[in-house]
Amino acid sequence: MHIFEGFLPSPWWQIWFAVSIPVIMYGIYQMNKLVRERREIVPLLAVAGAFIFVLSSLKLPSVTGSSSHPTGTGMAAILFGPAVTSVLSVIVLLYQSLFLAHGGLTTLGANVFSMGIAGPFVAYIFYKTASKAGMNFYLNVFLATAIADWVTYVVTSLQLALAFPFEGSVFASFKMFALVFATTQVPLAIMEGALTALIMKYVVQVKSDVLVGLNVLTSTTVAKLKGAME
Amino acid sequence: MKLEYLVAVVVILFAAQFFYGVANNPGSEFGGADGEAENVIAAIDPNYEPWFGGIGFEPPGGETESLLFALQAAFGAVVIGYTIGYYKGKGEKN
Repeated sequence: MHIFEGFLPSPWWQIWFAVSIPVIMYGIYQMNKLVRERREIVPLLAVAGAFIFVLSSLKLPSVTGSSSHPTGTGMAAILFGPAVTSVLSVIVLLYQSLFLAHGGLTTLGANVFSMGIAGPFVAYIFYKTASKAGMNFYLNVFLATAIADWVTYVVTSLQLALAFPFEGSVFASFKMFALVFATTQVPLAIMEGALTALIMKYVVQVKSDVLVGLNVLTSTTVAKLKGAME
Repeated sequence: MKLEYLVAVVVILFAAQFFYGVANNPGSEFGGADGEAENVIAAIDPNYEPWFGGIGFEPPGGETESLLFALQAAFGAVVIGYTIGYYKGKGEKN
């Protein structure tokens, strides 16, 4: 659920563009470099992008009586980092704002920041830290993704609160928006974490060498995970 | 297969929270959370009018919208299935 077209007044929509554009540019640079230097990652990049396409089209109902959709960015964040993920998010967000009247062009900067940068950044840091601490791979993917999903909507609430303070208080307004977004998102985040862990299992099964090449997993972990699959 | 079972449990729990939500919110159509956020904006600033709009294509109705969302999901699913299947087949051949 992205911020609607025209729903961020000046100067906020410009600010979020200004914050997001450098990250997107760096992401394009990183992506080009990866594609040039490691051709073997291209299919995986396509899968990560496709995963965002699928998950962000699923409007799931939540216990709160409203619906929202997962972001699907956890997989891309863990595999390629937040900058590349922001580029993939731009593609999905453009499609949805141009053909589905969902999200918007003027709010694209803000929506890319929450969905493609803030969430994935937190997921990436969580994954790397927990992975160093020796957490089980699938549990790690599950948690990193669920947190990324949730952070995305906390940031969306914050973006709206900054633009629309309630009687001058950003915090009061943040609580109002967070009640709508962040609570709806809790069951969805858990669902998204589980689905991402499952698809990562299949990636480990068929393309573990690329995961080692991208420093997502060490070869010892891969051997252990594959041993458990037999 | 262990992870598949765990995911199945999560899916069942998800369905359970949905039915619990239906029971607890009688009459709710489970509309988008973004629509609700729009209501919050209207409550905070009743005079706010979206200052921009109407550039992209707007689906004329729910049917076309669901078509476009289904296309989005189908496209993604084909790419995922093709790629994983391709590598799985290739791995088995070697």
